[in-house]
Amino acid sequence: MYGADADKASAPSRTGLSRRALFERKQRRRSTLMAAGSTGVLLGLIIWQVPKLDGWKRVQKSFFDRKTFSDAFEPVAKAFMLDVKIFLVCAPLIVVIGMLIALSRSVRSPLLFPLRLAATLYVDIVRGVPIILWLYLIGFGGAGLMNVREVGIGPIKIGTYLFLGGVALVVTYSAYVAEVFRAGIEGVHESQRSGARSLGLSTWDTNRHVVLPQAVRRVIPPLMNDFISLQKDVALVSVLGPVEALRRADVIQDKLFNFTPFVVAAVLFLCVSIPLTRTADYLLAKERRAMSGTAIR
Amino acid sequence: MSLTKLRYVGVRKAFGAKTVLDGIDLTVGVGGAIALIGASGSGKSTLLRCTNLLEPIDDGAILLDGDDITEPGRDADPVRRRIGMVFQSFNLFPHMNVLSNVTLSPRKVLGKSKADATDSAMTMLQRFGLADKAHDYPDRLSGGQQQRVAIVRALQMDPEVMLLDEITSALDPELVGEVLNLVRDLRNDGMTMVFATHEMSFAREIADTVCFLKNGVIAEQGPPQQIFSAPTHPATQEFLARVIASGRL
Repeated sequence: MYGADADKASAPSRTGLSRRALFERKQRRRSTLMAAGSTGVLLGLIIWQVPKLDGWKRVQKSFFDRKTFSDAFEPVAKAFMLDVKIFLVCAPLIVVIGMLIALSRSVRSPLLFPLRLAATLYVDIVRGVPIILWLYLIGFGGAGLMNVREVGIGPIKIGTYLFLGGVALVVTYSAYVAEVFRAGIEGVHESQRSGARSLGLSTWDTNRHVVLPQAVRRVIPPLMNDFISLQKDVALVSVLGPVEALRRADVIQDKLFNFTPFVVAAVLFLCVSIPLTRTADYLLAKERRAMSGTAIR
Repeated sequence: MSLTKLRYVGVRKAFGAKTVLDGIDLTVGVGGAIALIGASGSGKSTLLRCTNLLEPIDDGAILLDGDDITEPGRDADPVRRRIGMVFQSFNLFPHMNVLSNVTLSPRKVLGKSKADATDSAMTMLQRFGLADKAHDYPDRLSGGQQQRVAIVRALQMDPEVMLLDEITSALDPELVGEVLNLVRDLRNDGMTMVFATHEMSFAREIADTVCFLKNGVIAEQGPPQQIFSAPTHPATQEFLARVIASGRL
């Protein structure tokens, strides 16, 4: 009896898969079925029950009106291009300035103490105030300082509200990004510096070739996180006047007394932020896999 | 016997209230090999790190070719160029392949062209059986291979002295041999070296002088035959008795 069982267990299966592979395939199929089943039931309940709610007709009319959606889509999508432009201009500036601030906070030379102090104060002050408040302060304050009233759409002109809004985003986000970089720089083990310095490499070359490449690699996932936030926060520039997607949707909403344009704007933001989020998750998972062995189930 | 390469005069070093080196006097001749032995925390690593100016000393002096390299305020980089160092944990750069690890400092510090640095690196990697690993990243290599790469990396700077800080302590026993073989080659080439080690048989074979450190002082020094066969200081006798008891000699 015992011998027969053992034979059965160790005999190669007809499919040529190992015992474990067969077991895991069965488990995988079961999991997929269960996931599909539970998702289907939940979706079904929503589709079946939600339209029965009292307010559904009203909500459907004011938020999901087909006609308004298609009418509003083109103008809102055009305005959304301004959001994308602001993002594309601000993001690289934020990376560069954030890195410079992070490096300033790490300098140890007494001669450069003012730089370190300034960088530390900058990060503390900027992060201590809500972003929308910075937009008002820099936007209206800057406009007053330069004595301009132009709202400025299209090509960026210095002194316009659009420009000042961009400045506010760069100012605030570079402080957050600087802290991410600093964490990365401090995360590189001291022995890497010893190794580099022992070879006669200067402080600069050590940072440039040994510390920073490792630091940056390590912080790419948290950095992506900040840029997903930025991608949405560009809409805040609208508080200063520039007509980007949110503002355009608001204008149309005013005219039609229907909230569907906001849904249009939301869909457009999702079209960009979901791929960004997925990419960040993928990078995070990859990093985790590299750091540890097999996942525990 | 010969010219002096490195001389330690009353070297003192403390970390806060803890004195780590308490007056080290030692002379290393050109082509000499000094083994530093002693328990963990006796100051072996600190002495090596101070020699490469990775740690500043508090008092005393270290002379390289008669020149005080520990003078406060002196630029450390030109000194480090002349002194190679290999660490217990390799300290290879994980984001670079072997060839880049080995050619980085010749290019940036010595100003060699990429082609020159690569030629020279490949010749040495070839010599030590690492040529086929040139384009691999350090984490694909065994510990022994990583440590050999670290030695090659230090040698590419053409140093006058090599400092080896317990370079086999992080290795699996079967990988120790390949690293020690490389050190033996260096010794045959006449490289001046100071090394901290727990491999007593290796110290006995390679070193011309063995120093036993205890609490930051050299309690006893002499030729290996004398230190290992007839130690005079009670602390040395006790240390070696413990080493023998644990089967490491």
